[in-house]
Amino acid sequence: MRELTLQKAINEAMFEEMRRDPSVFLMGEDVAETGHPFKFFAGLVDEFGTGRVIDTPIAEPGYMGIAVGAAMTGMRPVVDLMFGDFLFLVMDQLCNQAAKTHYMSGGKQKVPLVVHTNLGATRRSAAQHSQSLHALVAHIPGIKVVLPSSAYEAKGLLKTAIRDENPVVILHDKMMYSEKAEVPEQEYLIPFGVANVVREGTDITLVGTSSMVGVCRAAADILAAQGISAEVIDPRTIVPLDEATIIASVKKTSRALVVDEGHQNFGVTAEIAARIAEKAFYHLDAPVGRMGAMDVPVPFSPALEDLTVPTPEAVAAKAAALVRGEVSHGA
Amino acid sequence: MTAPTHNTDDYLRMYRQMVRIRAFEDQANQLYLTAKMPGLTHMYSGEEAVAVGICEALKISDKITSTHRGHGHCVAKGADFKLMFCELLGRAEGYCGGKGGSMHIADQANGNLGANAIVGGSAGIATGAALSARMRGTDEVTVCFFGDGATAQGLLYEAMNMAALWKLPVIYACENNGYSEYTPTHEIAAGSLTARAEAMGIEAFKIDGQDVLAVNALATRLVARARRGDGPFFIELETYRYMGHHVGDINRSYYRPKAEEEHWQTNRDPITLFGDWLAGQGIASADDLAAIRTAIAADAEEAVAYALASPFPAPEAVLSHVFAGATDA
Repeated sequence: MRELTLQKAINEAMFEEMRRDPSVFLMGEDVAETGHPFKFFAGLVDEFGTGRVIDTPIAEPGYMGIAVGAAMTGMRPVVDLMFGDFLFLVMDQLCNQAAKTHYMSGGKQKVPLVVHTNLGATRRSAAQHSQSLHALVAHIPGIKVVLPSSAYEAKGLLKTAIRDENPVVILHDKMMYSEKAEVPEQEYLIPFGVANVVREGTDITLVGTSSMVGVCRAAADILAAQGISAEVIDPRTIVPLDEATIIASVKKTSRALVVDEGHQNFGVTAEIAARIAEKAFYHLDAPVGRMGAMDVPVPFSPALEDLTVPTPEAVAAKAAALVRGEVSHGA
Repeated sequence: MTAPTHNTDDYLRMYRQMVRIRAFEDQANQLYLTAKMPGLTHMYSGEEAVAVGICEALKISDKITSTHRGHGHCVAKGADFKLMFCELLGRAEGYCGGKGGSMHIADQANGNLGANAIVGGSAGIATGAALSARMRGTDEVTVCFFGDGATAQGLLYEAMNMAALWKLPVIYACENNGYSEYTPTHEIAAGSLTARAEAMGIEAFKIDGQDVLAVNALATRLVARARRGDGPFFIELETYRYMGHHVGDINRSYYRPKAEEEHWQTNRDPITLFGDWLAGQGIASADDLAAIRTAIAADAEEAVAYALASPFPAPEAVLSHVFAGATDA
C-alpha cells in the first residue's frame, strides 16, 4: 500500500471533505497562499478560492468566535490554530461559547466546527510553542478531543471530525508531520470512541496517545527482548474515550501504564489511570502507572527539553518495574 | 420626532412591542422580588426603542445576537411570552428547555442566536453569522447587540476588523446606557466609541436611542445597505437603564444619582415619547394606547401564571444535549 506523510494525509482529508460538502471551509493564519507554515493546506486555495480558504489576521479569539457564529448558522468551519499553545487565547470562544451552546439551547442549536492544531515538545521551540494542552479542552463537557497517532489515523479521524455535529479539537504531534504511514487510496473514516489495539500482549497494557503510541510500540519492542509481553492501546479519541477496550485489556494483562505528552499533574494520564483503578481494581497486580510530560514549562535547551517527555527507554523501564512487582511509592 | 412614513399598523406594532418589553420586565422583576425566580436577571426597561427600532427593520431570517440584558431583543425579534417566562423560571417548556435561563435565552426560529453571559462574547458569533450568510448565498443581515461595557473587550475589535476587511453584512449596535455594570461609562471608555469603528473604515453613527422612529429609520437604511454589500456598520445608541445592573442592584445611589434616573424616566421615556407622537399625529388616542398597555399587561400576567404552573425538566434531562448527534444522550 502507498505511504503518505501525516502532512499529506491531512491535505487529502481536507480536499476530499471540501469537495464533498460545500459548507466546509477553512480559516486561520496563513492557510491560503502559504498553505500553512507546515504545508498541510497546500493547494486548497487554488481549487476552492479565498472564499473558502480564508486567511485571517493574527487574532485567534476573533476568528474562533467567527467560526462559532458560522457553525451556528449552517456552515462547517475548520479553524486552524498554528500552535496548540494558542488554545489559551481562544478559551472563551471555544469553551464558554462553542462547547456549551448545544446544551444551553436545550439541543436546538448545533455548533459543528473543527479546531485543527498541534501538540508536542522536543522541537526546540521553548515554552510557548511546545505544550500539549489537550487535557484543557477534554475537561470541558461538549468538546470532542482527537489525538491521531499516525498519518492513517490523521486522515480518517479528520474526516470524521469534519462530519461531526459538535465542536471537535484535533491535535497532531508536530514531530510527526513528516512521518509516513500506509494510507489507503480509497476513502475511509475512523469512528470516534473506538480504540485501536496496536499490539497484543499478556503482561502489561501500555495506553499511549498521539506520538506516545509510537513511544509505547518502541517500548514494547524493548520489553519483548526482556521476555515481557506488552499490549499497546491507542484510544485515538480521549473524548469520547473507549473505556471498554482499555478495561478489557487491563483485566487480561493485570497491569497498566498510561503514557501521554500532556503535563502529568491533573492530566490525561490521571483520568485514564483513575478509570482503570475504579473499574479493574480486583484484576490489578500492580498500581496503575502513568507517565506524562514533566511538570515544568518546556525548557529551550535540548539538554533540558529532552528530559521532559517520556521516551521508549523510560517507558520500558517503568513497565518492567511494574511487571517485576517493584512498586515505587516515591515521587 | 419625525413625520409619518410608515402605515398605521407598523407604528402600532412598534408601540406594542415596546410596551410588551416593559410589561415583560415588570413581571420578571416581580418574580425576582417575590423569590419565585431562580438566580437573577438584568432588566431592559428604558432601552425599548433600541431593540424595537432595530428589530422592526429586520426580517425573521435576519439574525441577532443578544446580551445578558437580552429580554428586550428576544421580545423584539418575535419571541413568545409564555416560552420566555418558562425559560426564566427554568421550566421544561422554555425556549432552552430550562437549561439556559435569562442569560442564555435564544429563539432560533425568529433568528435570535441567543443572549450571552460573557460581556462582548457574541461579537465573533454575530460576525461569523454574517460571514455564513454570505457564504450560503443569502442576503441575511446580522445585528450584534452589546452594551458600552463590551467596548472594553478586545474580541469586539478583532471581529470588527475582520468584518471591515471582508465587508460583512453585520451591524454593531452599541447600547450605551451610561453604565458598565456599576461604573459610569466615562470611567471605562477612553475617547470616542464611534471613532474606534471609523478607525477601521466602518461607517459609524451616534443616535438618540430613546427615539424609536429615528432608530428605526437609521436601521432600515443601514440594513438595506448591508444587504447590498455595503456593510459593516456601527451604531452607538444613547439610552438609559432604568433599573440597576441586575434586579438585586437596588440601592445604587452611590454610583448613580436618583435625580438622573428620574430625569430619564420622566422626560426621556421611549414609550411615553412615542405614545405622545402617535396621539399628536392622530394615529391613536390616549385611550387607545392605554387599552393596548392594559391588554399587554394582562397577557404578561397570564404568561407568568402559565409558566409558574409549568413543569420543571425531568431529572434525566440533565444529561441530554451535551453533544449533538448520534452520541446524544
